Amino acid sequence: MSQSANHRKSIAIEKIRADFPILSKKVNGKPLVYFDNASTAQKPKLVIDAITNYYENQNANIHRGVHTLSQEITIAYENARVTVQKHLNAAHPHEIIFTKGTTESINLIASSFGKKFISKGDEIIVSEMEHHSNILPWQQVCEERGALLKVIPINDAGELIISDYKRLLNSKTKIVAITHLSNTLGTINPIEEIIALAHAQNIPVLVDGAQAVPHIRVDVQKLFADFYVFSGHKLFGPTGVGILYGKEKWLNELPPYQVGGGTIKTVTFEKTDFADLPLKFEAGTPHIEGGIGLAVAIDYINTIGLDAIAEYEHELLVYATEKLETIEGVKIIGTSKNKASVISFIVDGLHPFDIGTILDQLGIAVRTGHHCTQPLMQRFGIPGTIRASFAFYNTKEEIDIFLSGLEKAIKMLK
Amino acid sequence: MSIEATENEIVDEFEMFEDWIQKYEYLIDLGKSLPLIDEKYKTEDNLIKGCQSQVWMHSELKDGKIVYTADSDAIITKGMVALMVRVLSNHSPEEIINSKLDFVEKIGLTKHLSPTRSNGLVSMIKQMKLDAVAYKIKN
Repeated sequence: MSQSANHRKSIAIEKIRADFPILSKKVNGKPLVYFDNASTAQKPKLVIDAITNYYENQNANIHRGVHTLSQEITIAYENARVTVQKHLNAAHPHEIIFTKGTTESINLIASSFGKKFISKGDEIIVSEMEHHSNILPWQQVCEERGALLKVIPINDAGELIISDYKRLLNSKTKIVAITHLSNTLGTINPIEEIIALAHAQNIPVLVDGAQAVPHIRVDVQKLFADFYVFSGHKLFGPTGVGILYGKEKWLNELPPYQVGGGTIKTVTFEKTDFADLPLKFEAGTPHIEGGIGLAVAIDYINTIGLDAIAEYEHELLVYATEKLETIEGVKIIGTSKNKASVISFIVDGLHPFDIGTILDQLGIAVRTGHHCTQPLMQRFGIPGTIRASFAFYNTKEEIDIFLSGLEKAIKMLK
Repeated sequence: MSIEATENEIVDEFEMFEDWIQKYEYLIDLGKSLPLIDEKYKTEDNLIKGCQSQVWMHSELKDGKIVYTADSDAIITKGMVALMVRVLSNHSPEEIINSKLDFVEKIGLTKHLSPTRSNGLVSMIKQMKLDAVAYKIKN
């Protein structure tokens, strides 16, 4: 595909694919068709090179040494923080906390916010479509502090029922924790409205952005999000690094999550004065090359442009959805009009595991199972789904290979 | 027939297949065959939960030999379950405890037994052997 003739930035697919070394790999003797992007995305060469370069040329500990390498890598790491800040349009770099990933970011807030603000009889709101990572930490806080977990239900299309959400919000609600984009259904939630409704009652909102950031431009100030969390590895960056964005006001009020090296101003055996943001929440030597690699991934995505990415992925979504619907026995789970390029489906009478196993033999990587959303599976009364999730480096030709693989699998299994 | 002889028999059968498709079609056929377990044994107690597919397994001792019956909700897993039952059923606890089960590797289906596959098969084999140990101690 060449550059768009209609004066808009479009996806130069061949060039983009060449940026991702793994995409030319063969799996089980077949060219890899990687449709498991919602689990983890592939990495551009630039990110891989940044990590190699870190170990070959830059390795030193940050924030500690007076020596040149330490100072240089400290600057590089703090620049990475600024890259993330700008990408999310956060007000300050110190509102960006590096974590291990979405799961740790949510655990951090659940733990620190819980300690400070949640007591017996309080309520926490999540939704029926949450990933286990945005259920379990809150469930734990509820158990520890005698609070109650309230759940926003969804309709058959896989959309939040906002009228029920409004009814759940009350003076006992202490926080709302909700996904921006469902990892199983692909539904994009009306996050601005959800936040506005909570804020009308002075309730803060944590947004699980793990699935949203690879597909949608996120402006935390425009959203008025109190906390916004995501993982580096789904955003074409390294594994083991993630982000917690928190409004300065909140982060200053919360106690540290883990304590140790780097989190302090002064320590005596009697008392510790904790460091200012962001170091207060960054105990121990961080995943330095992870942070740097993530910033490289963000810069890379921005050279393509998230608007162009969203437009192209929407094309892939529509193409795949239309074709899937023509295959007998296929039922798509999650039919919201507002969807990202994530398609979950089941095939009448067949187990997702069997389909996934045959597709794997054909070099096609999809995810099967409950996708860490068991309550959602219970809502739909199914054991699991087959999920194909596309990134901007996927193509319609790959979708065709996947569809003929699926037909082959169905034929073999029926 | 000894456990090893059955294993060799299966390896011979699989050698006739020309490609993975024939191999999987055979597993699928095995999986589609009659239920391998009496419905009354498909209980929570006999359920081996995998992350992806589930397996039910029941064992009983008859004349000093263990008879296994099992089932799965996924066809390919059920095909693998059928092979395991064919190899291990109707043998003494001692023989079962000492079985190597390396036929899985020889027929090129080891990946179904990797822990990450989470299809309940690894746990089922462990349970089959644990049952054998229990019967051995009891007698």
